[in-house]
Amino acid sequence: MDNAVFRIEQLNFWYGAKQALCDVNLTIRPNQSTALIGPSGCGKSTLLRCLNRMNDLIEQTRVQGRVLLHEQDVYAPEVDVIELRKRVGMVFQKSNPFPQSVFDNVAYGLRIQGVTSRSQLADRVEASLRKAALWDEVKDRLHDSALTLSGGQQQRLCIARAIAVEPEVLLMDEPCSALDPVATAKIEELIQDLKKDYTIVIVTHNMQQAARVSDYAAFFYLGRLIEFDTTTKIFTHPANRQTEDYVTGRFG
Amino acid sequence: MELHFDQELTRLKEMLLRMAAMAEQSVADSLRALVERNEELARKVDADDAQLDRAEMDIDRVGIELIALRQPKASDLRLIIVAMKIASELERIGDQAVSIAHRAMELAKEPPLKPLVDIPHMAVLVQRMTHDALDAFVYAKPDLARSVIARDHEADQLHEQVRRELTSFMVEDPHTITRALNLMTVARKLERIGDHATNLAEDIVYLYEARDIRHQNEENPPHA
Repeated sequence: MDNAVFRIEQLNFWYGAKQALCDVNLTIRPNQSTALIGPSGCGKSTLLRCLNRMNDLIEQTRVQGRVLLHEQDVYAPEVDVIELRKRVGMVFQKSNPFPQSVFDNVAYGLRIQGVTSRSQLADRVEASLRKAALWDEVKDRLHDSALTLSGGQQQRLCIARAIAVEPEVLLMDEPCSALDPVATAKIEELIQDLKKDYTIVIVTHNMQQAARVSDYAAFFYLGRLIEFDTTTKIFTHPANRQTEDYVTGRFG
Repeated sequence: MELHFDQELTRLKEMLLRMAAMAEQSVADSLRALVERNEELARKVDADDAQLDRAEMDIDRVGIELIALRQPKASDLRLIIVAMKIASELERIGDQAVSIAHRAMELAKEPPLKPLVDIPHMAVLVQRMTHDALDAFVYAKPDLARSVIARDHEADQLHEQVRRELTSFMVEDPHTITRALNLMTVARKLERIGDHATNLAEDIVYLYEARDIRHQNEENPPHA
């Protein structure tokens, strides 16, 4: 695959003595949304966190194999992890806005990047909030604390914060699991819209959500990639019996 | 552990099998009414059709509820979609039986045109096709379903043969026209039952192999 964003090759990962990923090979395509699915403990979140080396923050972990971002191994010693995480942003299960204003949350990464011009900051904050489908709801309260926003708004704020630094890839770890159905629908709509600018990798326990928002789906079980194909194929006629049992709710 | 959802799918299959038995019975009764010149039995076929119509609507309702409430995937989704399509084919098979029964009532009012040979032969063939398609569904045998599709050509040939023979009757003696046309309709309805059996068989291959084998020819090759 010539136009891979990520190419994961023979990836193995251990938490201490416990192996969490076994010989995973997977290609993430640009401007597509790829869902990682599978029962708890299957390795899908571990894999997601390997993509921007979030697992480095956990002690006694060990990685083997390669995670190539545009053919460069993200685990190579010369890689600047901060730079990597700027290119590969992340949105977590629980929204985690900083205890600052809405504006300052989105401007945070930009200021770290050295953007100081007020007008430039204002423009990019607005653009990010618009992309995150939040602008209309917060434009009159940009200087209120982010913590006054609803859960769904906070999650979109976190998405705005992640995209403000113009990453190439957005990793989403169960981004809707703490949200009500209406807020969930908004995030799902947003994921579809964001695909034109970003490559999205999403971990979800919600099969319907994976079916709705992803173009490709990868089914994991016990640390192994069992099946990877278009989402349509995975949810209509998967090739593997275990995948079929999982997507039809008979296992996992 | 059997899921509640599995129980609901089993119930849907049972509804379908009851409907299939009714449809097969209607076809058998309509042909017996024709051969035995039994008007009462023909009227029974007509009266029984309402049950088939009701069964089709029940299966559609359960199918739609399962899709809405359970969001089925993969083989579960195929089963529900195919069940609704099978119900539609069975309902139409029932309609063909009603049509045959109506012709049987007309024909019973007049002396026989000729001893029936090819029509009963056709009837046996298309009833067998229908039965095998349903067996393929029950026993998950897509190959049996494929054999049904292969037999449709034979039904078409027999239909053509019957038409030719009845046309020659009409040419030779205009007094036979009404009866010959009634018999032609019967043959046409049997040929249609063969088509419905073929549709059932195609749906059943899709159910078990996730392969859509309908409308295949050189311009429209099978999908990978």
